[in-house]
Amino acid sequence: MQRITMREAISQALWEEMERDPDVFIMGEEVGVWGGSYAVTRGFYDHFGSERVRDTPISEATIVGAAIGAALTGLRPVAELMTINFAFSAFEHIVNQAAKLHYMFAGQMVLPMVIRTVSGGGRQLAATHSQTPDVIFAHFPGLKVVAPGTPEDAKGLLKTSIRSNDPILFIESATLYQMRGEVPEGEILTPIGKSRVQRQGKDVTIVTYSKMLEISLKAADQLAQEGIEVEIVDLRTLRPLDMEPVIASFKKTNRAVIVEEGWRSYGVGAEVASRIYEEAFDYLDAPVQRVAQKEVPLPYNRTLEQLALPQVEDVIRAVKEVV
Amino acid sequence: MEKNDYLELFHQMILIRLVEEQATLLYQQGKIGGFLHLYIGQEAVSTGIISSRQPQDRVITAYRDHGVAINCGIPVNGVLAELLGKETGCSQGRGGSMHMADVSQNFWGGHAIVGAHLPIAAGLALGDRYKGRDSVTICMFGDGASNIGYFHEALNLSKVWNLSVLWVCENNHYGMGTSVERASAVSEIRQKAEGYLIPNSRVDGMDVMKVREAAQKAIEMVRTDKTPYFLEVETYRFRGHSMGDPERYRTSEEVKRWQNEEDPIGIYHKYLLDNQIASSEEIDEVEKSAEQEVQSALQFAESSPEPLAEDLYKNLYVEME
Repeated sequence: MQRITMREAISQALWEEMERDPDVFIMGEEVGVWGGSYAVTRGFYDHFGSERVRDTPISEATIVGAAIGAALTGLRPVAELMTINFAFSAFEHIVNQAAKLHYMFAGQMVLPMVIRTVSGGGRQLAATHSQTPDVIFAHFPGLKVVAPGTPEDAKGLLKTSIRSNDPILFIESATLYQMRGEVPEGEILTPIGKSRVQRQGKDVTIVTYSKMLEISLKAADQLAQEGIEVEIVDLRTLRPLDMEPVIASFKKTNRAVIVEEGWRSYGVGAEVASRIYEEAFDYLDAPVQRVAQKEVPLPYNRTLEQLALPQVEDVIRAVKEVV
Repeated sequence: MEKNDYLELFHQMILIRLVEEQATLLYQQGKIGGFLHLYIGQEAVSTGIISSRQPQDRVITAYRDHGVAINCGIPVNGVLAELLGKETGCSQGRGGSMHMADVSQNFWGGHAIVGAHLPIAAGLALGDRYKGRDSVTICMFGDGASNIGYFHEALNLSKVWNLSVLWVCENNHYGMGTSVERASAVSEIRQKAEGYLIPNSRVDGMDVMKVREAAQKAIEMVRTDKTPYFLEVETYRFRGHSMGDPERYRTSEEVKRWQNEEDPIGIYHKYLLDNQIASSEEIDEVEKSAEQEVQSALQFAESSPEPLAEDLYKNLYVEME
């Protein structure tokens, strides 16, 4: 076991896959000479060279579009969009091209590609740079959306994503890069589309993912001191959504709180709550609670920003609502 | 060029014309759903361009793709069956008129979002460059596409990375119902390539021999010099943008003038006779065989099976859990 940061875990996954397969290459804004705007690809340019670590112009649509084209020729591009806020400029190519071509051309076109990007607020970047619009992308069949919450999952899921033959949006959290965690040495390949129980408990099921896993774990620690035992299911993949561990846990606890960083309306909470009602209505002992971002564009001011983002206290409050 | 090569060009052009006329009937009979954009009038463009490629050269185009599909080698069976939404269609009835492809013929699709396939074309060329292949990616699009951002991003990238793309702008004077003059700051679209220092030229798209000459030169340059090239082909669509276009944006005199004086099939027919390449009987024979091809394809398409309901989710992902 090594204890490394999320940043190191992602970097290791990229490095190992590039060493393993010469068809894997990286393209994006500042991924090369700069070393990645979140320093994930520092040292890659010198080691792998400019052909495999390609600095692009500021052209998000074409970063994704060209990755699609390269993938169609059999390469395995890892396209980086500096933040998910810039993915809107590439929305067409993510949801209307990458997500469609394999199906629409009857399987003739195969897109073994990963789009890496960064989501989440909390760094005082104001409304345009702080969003968590992950669910928007998860809305589209044909795309897979992966969003890890631990260094181990980040490494294992990214390696699997790079080897996958489907287009994958791989969403990292802006405020988790420094997070440390245990990561097994050597090869780890974590399956896509599998939720995982991250903490065992018998009283309440928290369903969450990415940054909110960290918040939920903190809340669970505090609640444990009050004798409330929380079980936490980390979705890890938003599409395809694996509800099995969620339903299994809910049938045990009969209570659920869904925690997401994005806005509440039409969000992960809405989806997961509906599925719980559909698949386990008879097990329901309390209305499902949702913890999410307040419905405003995220303000710059630190106090207001933190007020709008889901906090540990919000999770604790929601759990107490249902027990 | 051998005599047969000349006649094959005529064959492809007349075949496209006849397929499009057949499609018109099928649409009027309610057998084709969705949009139907006809290539009538523009046959010399794709025929001239695509007959100039090598097998390793990729082709990708926009939604007015039936002609390109035929030039790339998709049998008429696959084209008509796709229009009828049948399982035997080139996209198994999942794509329809605007989304025909046959990767085995290096035809990477009809793409229906204006301009969105240009970045994909850059990526195809990037893949070939990465692997050291000498393929050229031929990317066709309309004049209207030159006004959307994807066009500019893709042209810029192709120059910055010296990608082997032949950009082919089919300037048919109208993006839907808006004339080039009303939509574009420059009416010669090739001028936009100037801004990216991409070598360019403009050619008469109603004369298949002129298109071929320009395309061969351009493809050669792209392949040898490892540079993008921008070829603007001036053409005209004889029918509306799609079926049910009231055509308020142009006069019937204008359309008639093009049809009477600039019909690419008529021009090429005359060329073959004037240069004593083929007799009018021989050309008629080619036309007759194309008619039979369309009729037999029609039967094939009409009698082909519908896709199965249980295949609704087929090809959603390569890897399903």
